[in-house]
Amino acid sequence: MDSSQLYQEIILDHNKKPRNWGKVADCTHKSEGLNPLCGDHIWVTLKLADGAIDAIAFEGQSCAICKASASMMTAAVKGRKVDEVETLVQEFRDMTTGKLDVAGGAHHLGRLTVFAGVKDLPVRVKCAILPWHTLHAALTQEAVASTEGDNDPIAAG
Amino acid sequence: MSAVPLQTPASGPLDLERVRADFPILSEVQVHGKPLVYLDNAASSQMPRPVIDRLVRYQTREHANIHRGVHYLSAVATDAYEAARGTVRRFLNAREDREIVFTSNVTDAINLVAHGYGRAFLGAGDEIVITHMEHHANIVPWQMLCEEKGAKLRVAPIDDAGEVVMEEYEKLFNPRTKLVSVTHVSNALGTVNPVKEMIAIARHHGVPIMIDGAQAVQHMPVDVQALDCDFYAFTGHKLFGPTGVGVLYGKAALLEKMRPFRGGGDMILSVTFEKTTYNTIPFKFEAGTPPIAQAIALAAAIDYVKEIGLDRIAAHERELLRYATESLQAIPGVRIIGTAREKASVLSFYVGDVHPHDVGTLLNDDGIAVRTGHHCAQPVMQRYGIPATARASFAFYNTLAEVDKLAASVRWVQKLFG
Ligand SMILES: Cc1ncc(COP(=O)(O)O)c(C=O)c1O
Repeated sequence: MDSSQLYQEIILDHNKKPRNWGKVADCTHKSEGLNPLCGDHIWVTLKLADGAIDAIAFEGQSCAICKASASMMTAAVKGRKVDEVETLVQEFRDMTTGKLDVAGGAHHLGRLTVFAGVKDLPVRVKCAILPWHTLHAALTQEAVASTEGDNDPIAAG
Repeated sequence: MSAVPLQTPASGPLDLERVRADFPILSEVQVHGKPLVYLDNAASSQMPRPVIDRLVRYQTREHANIHRGVHYLSAVATDAYEAARGTVRRFLNAREDREIVFTSNVTDAINLVAHGYGRAFLGAGDEIVITHMEHHANIVPWQMLCEEKGAKLRVAPIDDAGEVVMEEYEKLFNPRTKLVSVTHVSNALGTVNPVKEMIAIARHHGVPIMIDGAQAVQHMPVDVQALDCDFYAFTGHKLFGPTGVGVLYGKAALLEKMRPFRGGGDMILSVTFEKTTYNTIPFKFEAGTPPIAQAIALAAAIDYVKEIGLDRIAAHERELLRYATESLQAIPGVRIIGTAREKASVLSFYVGDVHPHDVGTLLNDDGIAVRTGHHCAQPVMQRYGIPATARASFAFYNTLAEVDKLAASVRWVQKLFG
């Protein structure tokens, strides 16, 4: 597929005007995400209250795919319970690695399906997934998430 | 020695159409239904038909292990492999064939020197000089050596244009300086370093100097005797040859006193459990079965490049670089990283605030292959405060029309990101 199909209005918009940009000052969880391959580097901070995400923010330096993914992620998970968030993380990962067909199967991804096309751009899958890895790492209190090694979306197959 | 079919007349400007016809991949590959525009030559170049044919001929009619058999094929393969060494020697104008060591790539050649020379002759407190524009291949082996020996890595700074600050380079020399290793041409910035001057300075201080020629030999004639460097290394796959073969040139006297890098077959004269006697140079450094087919094909690539003529190659690439620089600079918001006075046909750029990976992905829609990332030169990126660049790198088979496509595609990316 032409990658321009991926760079849709909504992704370009989130890249230009990322939502929830910055830091949650009184965060309870935080993590740093790094994709050494292309230098994407982001930080996710969040505040958990009553088992749900009360506040979440991100910042860093990254490509449009990563930044838009992070921006839309923060918007999607705000107010959600941790187990719902972890489900979304899994579904997003499955969608971008081609294991979940968003047109067919049941899922909770909503507008996040604009990232479905990234599965046809294997070298960019990591860019889209990095924020989600980082969120997952924050929730499980790992200090640094990486798209390499155990978290490699491709190798982890 | 293999004669390469003459595809282009030996003088006059390049006949681009005929040159391009020598490279099957340029016409066989389509990307998104569009002709391939291959502008990633600094990462790896393409192989012309005569080199492919040489590989095929070797594998179909000449292959056996070398230096080992009395039988016909072993002699044929050995002759071809040693003839390849001679071709490389003439290409670099080294004095003797035994000063040419085949390695698996330039990284391997640098590691060989770090091990064979560095580990043998450097100690605690000694210093190694490199520049800020080195490829990781010319940083990490020295860091590993420093860590092991308690030696110190000293880095010559570069200025905003991407040129080594020569006064600072010279200031780094002191009695503890034991080795210098600098790149001839920067893969990230295109800068052609004044290596002759840098070598003279090292020589003046009595310090051996290695030149990483990975990005140089495909663009300009290199004469190691005129340069008077101690080591010079390059890699086959950037010189229109195959992957898996590289070259280390070293002055015989230095190679002789160096430690072998790897132990094994071929690098010995005799082995008993009590004592092993190492082979003479260059075989001392070629343990195990070497990249025979690759070395032979590399020689064919060198023959091919010589047929085309490095002067003509340089002239055409100068034109490509000039036109590409002008075309990209004319696009508002495009910033060129690396503006040294002397440059090879390597153009790193940044499009507005669009991340280079997005640029690369979108250019690919137009069939254009550029490299995006830190180009294994993260310190260079840090120097300019950017995470990555997009890089177009041209070979002699690229055309001005391809530069136009690149510029048009960059304009489209910029429009898309608004
Ligand atoms: C300047 C320079 N040095 C070293 C290398 C490493 O080459 P190789 O991977 O063939 O060892 C490269 C290739 O990217 C390079 O551009």
